[in-house]
Amino acid sequence: METGIRVLLLAALATLCSGCASLHHLWPFHHKAKDAAAVARSATDAAAADTAEQQASPPTVIEPEVERRKIKVPKIRSSNFELGGYFGELSVEDFGANPVKGVRVTYHVTEDFFLQGDYGISRAGKTSYETLAGNVQLLSNDERRYTYYNLSLGYNFLPGESFLGRNRTFTSGFYLLGGVGSTKFAGDQKFTVNFGAGYQVLPTRWLAIHIEAQDMVFRSDLLGVDRLKNNMGAHVGASVFF
Amino acid sequence: MRRSTERARLPALLLLLALTVTAPPAAHAATRELAQAFVTEPYLELHTGPGRGFPVSQVVGRGESVDVVLLRTSWFLVRTERGYEGWASEADMAHATLADGSPFKFNHGDRDGFRDHRWEGGIMTGAYGGATLVEGFAARSLTEHLKLELDAGQFLGNLSNGYVVDLGLSHVFAPQWRFSPFVTVGMGYERSEPKATLVQPVVQDLQSAYEGIGGRYYLARRFYLRGEYRHHTVFTHTDSNEVKQEWKLGFAFFY
Repeated sequence: METGIRVLLLAALATLCSGCASLHHLWPFHHKAKDAAAVARSATDAAAADTAEQQASPPTVIEPEVERRKIKVPKIRSSNFELGGYFGELSVEDFGANPVKGVRVTYHVTEDFFLQGDYGISRAGKTSYETLAGNVQLLSNDERRYTYYNLSLGYNFLPGESFLGRNRTFTSGFYLLGGVGSTKFAGDQKFTVNFGAGYQVLPTRWLAIHIEAQDMVFRSDLLGVDRLKNNMGAHVGASVFF
Repeated sequence: MRRSTERARLPALLLLLALTVTAPPAAHAATRELAQAFVTEPYLELHTGPGRGFPVSQVVGRGESVDVVLLRTSWFLVRTERGYEGWASEADMAHATLADGSPFKFNHGDRDGFRDHRWEGGIMTGAYGGATLVEGFAARSLTEHLKLELDAGQFLGNLSNGYVVDLGLSHVFAPQWRFSPFVTVGMGYERSEPKATLVQPVVQDLQSAYEGIGGRYYLARRFYLRGEYRHHTVFTHTDSNEVKQEWKLGFAFFY
């Protein structure tokens, strides 16, 4: 009987020990050291395998999946044109001085040079002879209408600043003008050469105030002798940059 | 009475013009998106005006940015991060960069532009049939070599005055050269007004055809000189056609 119980206990012990393999990691000492060695060995094996793979295939460069930001530059506005008008006095040779008004457009090519076109209207008065003689009329009313246009090249010189009081400073400068054009007067149209000079002040970056003197010269035989006629004018104007 | 009214009206119109245009540029500038440039040199000088003679009133340090408000000739009006406005030269701005590091560029016109551009125009003066000529022209480039050209001018002579309008094609040889010759051919219209001192002056509207040769010489930026000779055949109402020679020289610019 005692032998039977002993056999039963031994059989039970043998059955339990067969599951110990699955519980080996619970053992605190011997099995852990054994695992670390196994991990190191497996890592070495993996590294060896990777090295083998790398030797087999070329290295790949990892491209970051980031799109470069595209800069869209807003258009830069140019402000080289000037449009404006003027008002002043024009002395038509032999016919006295009368008001003149006109418009002009300017294109600034460089900081030194500009192109300018202007168109003006005035009226001629009476000659001294007409005034003294009384009823004599050399020209009809329509023929006294004086219109002209000029295409000129301008040169800015002595650019600088003008001061108004202690706190206000304006860009300013002198300029020279010269060009060609046409004058319609006394029922005829004449090729005209013009030259002049002016002074301009810019109260803002888009507004300019001009004071200008200009001589327009053409050849005429209106009063019997064919000679050059000088027609001096002076005017004040304003123009806008755009 | 009428003249005095006119005298009073013009200054009022000028004042109105000045007042009218006061508001829009400021309002427009506030809403407009501006190009931004970064200073890469030790500093960027800002002048008080758009010219080399104006004093430097402010500098912008390396790494700081400026907003480009507008361009006048070769000067950029820029606004600093602190809101100060000043004029920077094109030469200084050439060293600036955009936000992505690419260089700040602006096309002011150069020899490449002289060779290949879309539009050109200019003013010329010379002689047309013995009369003095004042003329403007505009041309549209069809290719680097071929241009469609429109000329309009006024001739002023001792015997007659008049207007001339020509439309034609120009072929430029070697547009890459600083001096590039060209030939031109086309048709035109001429209005001739004989002087009133002649007996029974009759205004004539006539058609014409021309062929010509000329040269263009690049000066700088968008500018070039242009000289030209044209041989016009004016189709008159009489048995024989009239021949007119035209010489002209002038300034032109391209875009």
